[in-house]
Amino acid sequence: MSQVFLGMPAHSSPGVGALRGDQTFPQAARTALADPQLRRNLGHATGTIRAKRLAVVSELDDWEQLRLAGQAIKAATMARLDDHLARLEQEVTARGGTVHWARDAVEANRIITELVQATGADEVVKVKSMVTQEIGLNEALEQAGIAAWETDLAELIVQLGHDTPSHILVPAIHRNRSEIREIFLREMPGVDPDLTDEPRRLAMAARSHLRRKFLSAKVAVSGANFAVAETGTLVVVESEGNGRMCLTLPDTLITVMGIEKLVPTWTDLEVFLQLLPRSSTGERMNPYTSMWTGVSPGDGPQDFHLVLLDNGRTAVLADEVGREALHCIRCSACLNVCPVYERAGGHAYGSVYPGPIGAVLTPQLTGVEQNASLPYASTLCGACFDACPVRIDIPSILVHLRARHVEEYAAEHRLPSAESLAMGAAAWVMSSARRFGFVTRTARLGRVLGRRRGRIRSLPPPASAWTATRDVPLPPTETFREWWLRTRGES
Amino acid sequence: MRVALFVTCLADTLFPQVGQAMVALLERLGHQVDFPAAQTCCGQMHINTGYQRQALPLVEHFTETFEGYDAVVAPSGSCVGSVRHQHAAIARRHGRADLADRSHALAAKTFELSEFLVDVLGTTDVGAYFPHRVTYHPTCHSLRMLRVDDKPLRLLRAVRGMTLVELPDADQCCGFGGTFALKNADTSTAMLADKMRHVLATKAETVTAGDSSCLMHIGGGLSRLQTGVRTLHLAEILASVETLHAPAGAS
Amino acid sequence: MSTPPSARDEILARIRTSLGDRTSTVEIPRDYHRTGGSPVGSPELLELLTDRLVDYKATVHRATPADFAAVLASVLESAGRVVVPAGLPDGWAPPAAVVDDGSLSWAELDAVDTVLTSCTAAAAETGTIVLDGSPDQGRRAVTLIPDRHICVVRADQVVRGVPELLGRLDPRRPLTFISGPSATSDIELQRVEGVHGPRKLIVVLVSD
Repeated sequence: MSQVFLGMPAHSSPGVGALRGDQTFPQAARTALADPQLRRNLGHATGTIRAKRLAVVSELDDWEQLRLAGQAIKAATMARLDDHLARLEQEVTARGGTVHWARDAVEANRIITELVQATGADEVVKVKSMVTQEIGLNEALEQAGIAAWETDLAELIVQLGHDTPSHILVPAIHRNRSEIREIFLREMPGVDPDLTDEPRRLAMAARSHLRRKFLSAKVAVSGANFAVAETGTLVVVESEGNGRMCLTLPDTLITVMGIEKLVPTWTDLEVFLQLLPRSSTGERMNPYTSMWTGVSPGDGPQDFHLVLLDNGRTAVLADEVGREALHCIRCSACLNVCPVYERAGGHAYGSVYPGPIGAVLTPQLTGVEQNASLPYASTLCGACFDACPVRIDIPSILVHLRARHVEEYAAEHRLPSAESLAMGAAAWVMSSARRFGFVTRTARLGRVLGRRRGRIRSLPPPASAWTATRDVPLPPTETFREWWLRTRGES
Repeated sequence: MRVALFVTCLADTLFPQVGQAMVALLERLGHQVDFPAAQTCCGQMHINTGYQRQALPLVEHFTETFEGYDAVVAPSGSCVGSVRHQHAAIARRHGRADLADRSHALAAKTFELSEFLVDVLGTTDVGAYFPHRVTYHPTCHSLRMLRVDDKPLRLLRAVRGMTLVELPDADQCCGFGGTFALKNADTSTAMLADKMRHVLATKAETVTAGDSSCLMHIGGGLSRLQTGVRTLHLAEILASVETLHAPAGAS
Repeated sequence: MSTPPSARDEILARIRTSLGDRTSTVEIPRDYHRTGGSPVGSPELLELLTDRLVDYKATVHRATPADFAAVLASVLESAGRVVVPAGLPDGWAPPAAVVDDGSLSWAELDAVDTVLTSCTAAAAETGTIVLDGSPDQGRRAVTLIPDRHICVVRADQVVRGVPELLGRLDPRRPLTFISGPSATSDIELQRVEGVHGPRKLIVVLVSD
């Protein structure tokens, strides 16, 4: 731990986990955009899930009321987060569980590794969990000689393909059936060599591959969709039954969750269990939801550990505008409606949290300057807000984080950026109608650039980024201002 | 009612015909329009690129210029969106509570064209005539910041002689997004390509919208591909009448 | 510094620093539907539940108290080896059924074909059945490992929506919500029923 004042909010651990990409968003997006197969897979998947979501959301005439309730419950959770966490710890402990606290990814990985080592096991089965990817748990366990088996079908595809997830809900959304068949044939021990690319056959191959693991696993690691502070109840929402297998059969269960995933009361779940499945998979209800409180004698793991993780969340909480990003319930509805995500795909975001919510959450977890291109990876079209089940105002947070980036960049650099100089000059010009009028008259010189059909086809950088694919209209012979003055006189 | 036209910096400098159409249309409907000469820019580009401190003088200048009027009307959902949803917040964030209150009051009487016609003037038939095949792109900020809903379509449906064709996936962003079009040019272009594909599928001669900026983007792409489809602002179509059905300045 | 602060104290202190002065309280609007209008177990709810379950590719058999035994017997005819929880009502289990007293190994459970249980409550609107580990439902592994789950639902257990459903549950019990058989949509978003959990869900719905 670096030496900081006690109680100062801190960003996520650098150097571990999956919150920092190697490239900026525009660079990474360029690679994705050049892959036509990827664009077809993404377009098909997001289009399908958008239609499903719309159908099940329109079934409920109280959807807006549920969204408003969800938004308020999350705001109330954050306003008393310390009290709710203390209550959760008290309830889990009273029911036979053990609660651990981790300031960052390094600390969480160490705690979990030691817990696994204490059982003597050299492998764990895992339920799909965003937070364990965030902290790079699988890699940390591997370094300690512990194998971590992903059991969600999509996560299995990603793990066997030595790949990284590209979507919160369907991590292998970028792969189609024939690519998946290839991966299984290559990487799955004992797989039927006549495996076809029919989804049912592929799913059954995964079933038989994992069955032995489930029945013999001693330790499971999971995330949590919700935790109820007043009762100590943990909730995992899933579809395949791999979650139930992991949460039920092993002797030891280790659950890792971000400190923000709480709801204060049992009653609050009635809102989220309606919002989440309809927003994420477009189902009225997901096939399986498991809930447990501490340890139940004679039923399920008799050794239960809950790891509560900060890893930058308190830094997010410190930003009065940005903290709303912590309300996210990881449904991924914003990804599926985002026109930028649909083209660029999840990998372009360089973080386990892609899409619009990733563009506001990731830079806040790491510090804006470590992911400065993400807040700009949006046209601010607003589709994400309309789809968000807890009404996170993602466009406003994006705009806010852009301002934080500009201010933090200026504070860290002695020389202003070229963009900053241009923006400053433009603001100076535009705060006076006289200066503005003068500049627009001069701009008319640009008419000489319009060589054919009254359009400008090529401009020098940075405007060349525009004219590479788009013409620019030729400045008119007379601005509106001049026309008004000529035809109407002084107003 | 003292009505001010906020023409927007973009229409002022690059699309003066849009401002002229606004004036012609509102005068035809019997309303005197004033053009406060002090006006410049709402500051949206600065705000959305992260330059809030630099935008503050623009917010203040906008407020000073327009707060004396009963209503302000602009041919841009995006600029009105900035006035309504950003100005007061920027002022407050920079410790200008006084300005925030004034901006807030001004925001309540600042309208995008279709809102002004339908909500303030209470009309959907403005007596326009435009004998062409047209498709309408609902720009994101009109749709989701201002929630203009189907007001532009109600106005267009009342235009005589016109064939209005539905745009597939109309509510998808065209990929403009202000400086996004430069900072993320590849993604922006990929979005534009899909938008153009949908426009061409309608076989419309004209694509219209309530924002010159999005139209500049869509039109810039259509022009580059030499598709022959032209872009016209909603105001230009609504200002068009039988005696003069080719709007001035249209390309 | 004498002893370094614990992670717990550090995180709680960070939260307090981040939140600063907390003066406002958040009101939670709960004007969504908390009760459904239809009485518990009413015919329209049973219809809705049936419709939803069938939509999830579950099989539904309707029965009255009078013909329940016969309906159950016919469902069990093709069920293969059956395991039942120890507290199942008398007369439900077929004569050859294995009774789980909590000592069956996972391998032993894997060797049976079918599990027969009761349930705690069901929500019609979402087609959801809840098990809470009561003696007539058994520990969670019993309803997880066998490939076929036959679940008996009584009309008086069927409510309309999620809020009423949660209102009937004890959060401190181990709870399993089941909405159709296990499924995945991970391959090109095409739904495949039956992955790791029971691949077949058969519901016997009992009403007058």
